[in-house]
Amino acid sequence: MSRFQVVSGKGGTGKTTVAAALALALATEGKRTLLVEVEGRQGIAQLFEAEALPYGERKVAVAPGGGEVYALAIDAELALLDYLQMFYRLGSAGRALKKLGAIDFATTIAPGVRDVLLTGKACEAVRRKDKKGRYAYDYVVMDAPPTGRITRFLNVNDEVAGLAKIGPIHNQAQAVMRVLKSPETAVHLVTLLEEMPVQETVDGIGELRDANLPVGRILVNMVRPAVLEGPVPTDVRRTDLAKALSGVGLGGARKGGLAEQLVDPLLAQAAEYEERVALERGQRALLGEVGLPVQELELLTEGIDLAGLYRLATDLRKQGVA
Amino acid sequence: MTLDPVPALDVDPLIDDPGTRIIVCCGAGGVGKTTTAAALGLRAAERGRKVVVLTIDPARRLAQSMGIDSLDNTPRKVTGVDGTGELHAMMLDMKRTFDEIVEAHADSERADAILNNPFYQSLSAGFAGTQEYMAMEKLGQLRARDEWDLIVVDTPPSRSALDFLDAPKNLGSFLDGKFIRVLMAPAKVGGRAGMKFLNVGMSVMTGTLGKLLGGQFLRDVQTFVAAMDTMFGGFRTRADATYRLLQAPGTAFLVVAAPERDALREAAYFVERLAAEEMPLAGLVLNRVHGSGAARLSAERALAAAENLDEPGIVDQEAGKEALRSSPEPPTSTASSEPSVSPEPPVSAPATQHDETMNDQTSSDQASSDRASSDQTQPSDARQLAAGLLRLHAERMHLLAREQRTRDRFTALHPEVPVTEVAALPGDVHDLAGLRDIGDRLASGIRPAGAA
Repeated sequence: MSRFQVVSGKGGTGKTTVAAALALALATEGKRTLLVEVEGRQGIAQLFEAEALPYGERKVAVAPGGGEVYALAIDAELALLDYLQMFYRLGSAGRALKKLGAIDFATTIAPGVRDVLLTGKACEAVRRKDKKGRYAYDYVVMDAPPTGRITRFLNVNDEVAGLAKIGPIHNQAQAVMRVLKSPETAVHLVTLLEEMPVQETVDGIGELRDANLPVGRILVNMVRPAVLEGPVPTDVRRTDLAKALSGVGLGGARKGGLAEQLVDPLLAQAAEYEERVALERGQRALLGEVGLPVQELELLTEGIDLAGLYRLATDLRKQGVA
Repeated sequence: MTLDPVPALDVDPLIDDPGTRIIVCCGAGGVGKTTTAAALGLRAAERGRKVVVLTIDPARRLAQSMGIDSLDNTPRKVTGVDGTGELHAMMLDMKRTFDEIVEAHADSERADAILNNPFYQSLSAGFAGTQEYMAMEKLGQLRARDEWDLIVVDTPPSRSALDFLDAPKNLGSFLDGKFIRVLMAPAKVGGRAGMKFLNVGMSVMTGTLGKLLGGQFLRDVQTFVAAMDTMFGGFRTRADATYRLLQAPGTAFLVVAAPERDALREAAYFVERLAAEEMPLAGLVLNRVHGSGAARLSAERALAAAENLDEPGIVDQEAGKEALRSSPEPPTSTASSEPSVSPEPPVSAPATQHDETMNDQTSSDQASSDRASSDQTQPSDARQLAAGLLRLHAERMHLLAREQRTRDRFTALHPEVPVTEVAALPGDVHDLAGLRDIGDRLASGIRPAGAA
């Protein structure tokens, strides 16, 4: 199992949730995982019902069997100041740079520097070892930018390595790239069984492969359970349906009766359901053609709370994802 | 829930008003922003206006539906639009837009130097903020051409829906900022004696950056900055102009969301931000709202009834039909084929519905009571289907309740924001007819049955 698991997905597919569930699942049975956020949204804190994460690794959850999940919201500015401190021991000069807008420049505008800092910090956590030579974290899970930007985000180190041809940023970029392109890393894509997310997933996988980045799995999120077993039979009379509904106390089966009035809307809902199921079948087939392991996670109808997160984590473990 | 006097967002007056010149659709990723923008544009055009839709990163099939799958950064007329208006559509090519600015503002020699600079190439190919900036730049350009009555713009799929508001300022302040002056210093100031004192501090800075980023990188940046020097004021002015354009009376923001917690949280955040920036918010478009034609039947009752249908014994006792106690046949039993020979049309034939219901009436009239006769005539597969339909309905009602809860949360925070709701569609939009349909739904603004 790769030690660095990057989770991407189209906006709205629940990638933060899946990343958190994955971190929890990987921590099960005494492991320690670090869940990393890079987009400054504090989504992890919200999920774990914790206060906003500071720039520092903090324990956010205990996994079944005594494992631990730590979380870190990487801030590009602070990460840059970290690096400056590390390489140059610049205390006040760092502050002066900040005052001048150089840090702003480097983290928001300068090509890719921001991304190098973010991936660099995550890779540092992947490689970090304690005094006994054991890895500080068994796994690092990153809640990464969306599918449309993931290849550029991860590959940016290549670009920066080309732009900054020498110097610590260059070396950093190269070291990071070695981790990212190794089997130590796996990039997972979260999708829904809908046309746009599936299309974007298929395209995203193509881009990742072209950039020689290791693609892991497709995680289909919010899969709705089947409610009707098999197709709606076409040979059932409406009157019989009305009578069946009436028979269980839903009003009269006569025309205009309450049960009879239910028949049309209920059948319309069934038709919508069938249309959706057919569409989902088509999308599943498209995902199947990509040739990656595909796992499905059920829709948690009550929304995502901590209990839901643990359920997803258990589900991921059952499916052998973690 | 019926107490909330949420004002309705009336889309047609907004798009018909000749004073409305720009509509900006913004919101979290994956809520149907681009589709909403396209549908609004089409609707406005078919109501007689000359419209251009600027999309940032449309799904391929949506782009194809408007015939703009070629990415050439120019508005193209969309064919198949009804009425007297016109619809043009374009997809933003951010590198091309950036290149055009450079070409327009520098002589050819200088332009070449910029365009070939590696730093420029990375910057323009889309790092943080460039796409947002270029979208706003393009908007400014389209507005300046004054060829269209109405510009509908979709915002980039940013990490935050607000990035596009900040990007012009960020890029403007970077290109025009103090730091750039520092970077420029070695290249520009050279050995001018008067600047020496200042230069000491600067060389510390550039020295540090040089070490950090590598000398070549810094030299590339400096060359780039030197070449762009004449354009800096321009960038700042343009960024400011675009910002003011967004605040102008002819501009309307539509926040697009889906009835999901995260999307509505972002929408609420956006509403607050727009207010803080004094940008005119027209309202909230709530996409993918579900309704039900049978909303008066609660999830709880539907589920209880479905369970009842699964256990026919209970019903039989109520109906007093002893003989039918043995009736729970498996669905595959031969009995289930019986109804198909019936002269009555099957449920899947809505065209004959009228006749069928007439028959129903006659036959029910003959029966002493629906209840009493029901068990006699309903085959097990009707009961099974009814149970399935009721479960499906219960699921739908649960979904409605969830959507209502998230919506109520938004309304509680922002009761003043007008809302229009767009009913959920099973699939994506692939053609103009689909966009037209969305436009109708947008304009009707009717709460789906059962959502009230």
